Amino acid sequence: MNPTLDQLCEQFGRLVGTVPVPSKPPVPTASSSVGPALGLPVAASGEGRVAGPASESGAGLRPADQAAKMAAHPPPAPTGPIQKTDHAAKGYDLDVTVAPTQIVMAAEIMDRAGFGLDAITGVDWLAQEQMEVVYDYFHPTAPGRVAVRTRVPRARPEVPTIAAVFPGANWHERETHDFFGLVFAGHPDLSPFLLPEDATFHPLRKDYQP
Amino acid sequence: MNILTHEPYRLLLALVALLAFVGVNAMYLVLAERKGAGRFQRRPGPNEAGYGGWLQPVADVAKLLSKQLLVPPGTDTILFRLAPLIVLAPAMMCLAVVPFSDTLTARDVNFGLLMVFSFGSINVLAIMLSGWSSRNKYAIISAARVVSQNVAYEIPMLLVAITLLMITGTMDLNEIVRQQAGGFWHWNLFRVWVNPLMPVTFVIYFICMLAETNRAPFDMAEAESELVAGAFTEYAGMGFGVFFMAEYANIVLGSSLATVLFLGGWQSPFGVFSGVLWFLLKMYALVFTVIWVRWTFPRTQFYGLLNLSWKILIPISLFTLLLSSALLKLVHA
Amino acid sequence: MTSPADSAVRPGVNETFVLNLGPQHPAAHGVLRVKMTMDGEYVMRAEPVIGYIHRMHEKMGENRTWAQFLPNTGRIDYLSALHYNHAYVAAVERALKIEVPRRAEFLRVITSEMNRISSHLVWWSAYLIDLGGLTPLLYAFDDREKLLDLLEAVTGSRLTYTYFRFGGVYNDVDEAFLRGTRQFVREFRPRLKMYRDLVTDNIILRKRLENIGPISAEQCRKYGATGPVIRGSGVAYDVRRAEPYSVYPELDFEIPTRPEGDSMARYLVHMAELEQSLRIIEQGLDRLPDGPVLGKVPRVLRPPAGDYCFAVEAARGRFMVRLVSDGKDIPYRVKLRTPSFSNLSLFEETSRGMILPDALALMGSLDLVIPDIDR
Repeated sequence: MNPTLDQLCEQFGRLVGTVPVPSKPPVPTASSSVGPALGLPVAASGEGRVAGPASESGAGLRPADQAAKMAAHPPPAPTGPIQKTDHAAKGYDLDVTVAPTQIVMAAEIMDRAGFGLDAITGVDWLAQEQMEVVYDYFHPTAPGRVAVRTRVPRARPEVPTIAAVFPGANWHERETHDFFGLVFAGHPDLSPFLLPEDATFHPLRKDYQP
Repeated sequence: MNILTHEPYRLLLALVALLAFVGVNAMYLVLAERKGAGRFQRRPGPNEAGYGGWLQPVADVAKLLSKQLLVPPGTDTILFRLAPLIVLAPAMMCLAVVPFSDTLTARDVNFGLLMVFSFGSINVLAIMLSGWSSRNKYAIISAARVVSQNVAYEIPMLLVAITLLMITGTMDLNEIVRQQAGGFWHWNLFRVWVNPLMPVTFVIYFICMLAETNRAPFDMAEAESELVAGAFTEYAGMGFGVFFMAEYANIVLGSSLATVLFLGGWQSPFGVFSGVLWFLLKMYALVFTVIWVRWTFPRTQFYGLLNLSWKILIPISLFTLLLSSALLKLVHA
Repeated sequence: MTSPADSAVRPGVNETFVLNLGPQHPAAHGVLRVKMTMDGEYVMRAEPVIGYIHRMHEKMGENRTWAQFLPNTGRIDYLSALHYNHAYVAAVERALKIEVPRRAEFLRVITSEMNRISSHLVWWSAYLIDLGGLTPLLYAFDDREKLLDLLEAVTGSRLTYTYFRFGGVYNDVDEAFLRGTRQFVREFRPRLKMYRDLVTDNIILRKRLENIGPISAEQCRKYGATGPVIRGSGVAYDVRRAEPYSVYPELDFEIPTRPEGDSMARYLVHMAELEQSLRIIEQGLDRLPDGPVLGKVPRVLRPPAGDYCFAVEAARGRFMVRLVSDGKDIPYRVKLRTPSFSNLSLFEETSRGMILPDALALMGSLDLVIPDIDR
């Protein structure tokens, strides 16, 4: 592994904290609110707990239904927030999972390391009532591809904007907003970009009815 | 009574002939341009209408005439309709004093050179009117560019004209041609003992002519790829056709003037058998060069164009003016 | 430019106006609208408005099987369709660990480079038309016709190719193709020299492009601009070297780079890439091995759940496909990261304060294909 990626692992490790992600989805209790059940950092505590990709929807669904939903859309198995991947198998070298509030700091780490923004991808995990945002970064002069991901609840899909760090993210975020309805807090102009100016729908959502 | 010598009828006949000349030229120069463009681009050009495309201008004129003459709302209607009329008139008036041969001049005035240059600047006014009255941002930008370009390039042209005036000593175009009698070494182009930079002067005149007629590489006014059709965007049908005709009429006028001033007019290069055919041959050779240049070079930038005029052509033409006047005074007094 | 006296006469009046380089425009390279706030001839702000040819390929990806989406890839950037084919099939091959035979890999590289040449020839023609030189189009398209004829014999299409399949290519090439391609390479090199002498060295063109539209390497990185844009700013970034794929590691070619960062630099990078593509084609033809052209592919494609990326160096820059699979035979999400989208995003910042023809020269040098932006 080349030294740049090792340094990045170290920096991300500090950002993310060394709290390990639970490998099994936590069983929801009737009294839990949406936040802790999803594993998202609660605003009051302010810890660096990461959002595990294996968390499921909030209270209300019976375990049997949940299990059935999970089987239909099996999520990728989480093995940790910072994962070195095989480029030949996946196409990127480092896979980092952060909380939505840590996205801007992650972008700053990438910016300082000299990476450029490749793409911002939204994925709508309807079964888990989450939306995932994946930030791909490439380096113009060194080898290494990094993917930084985060998950937000589908009911309140808000992610801070990284347009201040990477001006190119302005357009990518506008497009992702068009397709998914993801709100990038702090973005200067989230008006429809690829869709018509008066569009109010978000076509790439899984529950979109044309 | 011989109609060719009785004065009012001769003038009338000559003017009618000139109108026909300008009209036919405008029509067939368009075809020549398109066929020339085709050949430079390794394709045949129009060859469907008539044999080899010779009826294409007829088809073009029929098409243009059949279109509705739109006057867009919000334009200044009087100026909008006036502009095409004004743009064609100067070319025809100036051609009236150009000597096609020693007997074929519509009106032989002894200030022909002055008249040509004074009337020649009217077409700038017409283009500006068309751009201004169109209520179209592209047209306004184009009109502004045309005015600055034409003003900038009139100055070297006038300096060249003044140089020639000093050298030849007369403003009468027919007299200028008569001075170039004999072989081609008598042509003004080769009169280097009075003005050693005479060929350079000719090139400057040619460049200024390209710029005055808004031809590529100085066609900022049209600049099809940027400003759609520039000052003429809002004109439809024959209104646009008239601007087109005027452009070719101006090219013919500029080439005729270059022929008369530099290339010996109707004088034959061998000293014998002079006549109108030599004039036409030389003029059309220059027109061909104008067409050639258009399809070979890309367009200059606007400020590059103005820089060329103000910073390069004007100093050079001023220098040649001073040089020839010094030589005339000191050597040929 | 307004003088202080003008503002004094009518205080508070904004002297700028909005010029719409509308969706229908000879220089817009497609249906792109640029709202330019102009002060006289100077562009104060150029805001691209896109979406006029948005066909939502990414949603189509979620409604078709993996194989049914393949023809879509050729329509994203119609000028370099084979590169886009390549990224998609290679992403699925990566997910399913499909082996591609060597002959197929070489054929992919040869045809991709031919596609790169024909794409650059179209860019060159269109760029010169923007600048007022209307003749080179006819010459470039003459060369391009030869390429299109060769590719049509093999792939069946002239423009929007769907030649690649999962596991290789669908049609083998014959002796006529190999002969024709070698002949094309032989004939194209003198043509390149003619283009250099007549067009690239033309002083009017040089004055139009030199020092126009400078883009720094830092701006490229911040906006994610790739391809000739970043290579014209001095950074030798090419996906064929950064994330090597297919048989490019075995081939010997250079990455043309220019340090100046102006439109002339991007122009020269494009022209140099034509020469490098010829080199790659020659080497590919020399080393083309025998063998099958299609590998073993499972009957029903069900990539394991997870996400996979693949990036190629398309004619315009870095094209990346990100596939999210949930184990079904229909993709869960197909993300297409197109180069023109990122390349155009820096136009707003870099064109501030430029005069209109220079802004258009800058836009032309970015080599945009609008369906590539809108998908």
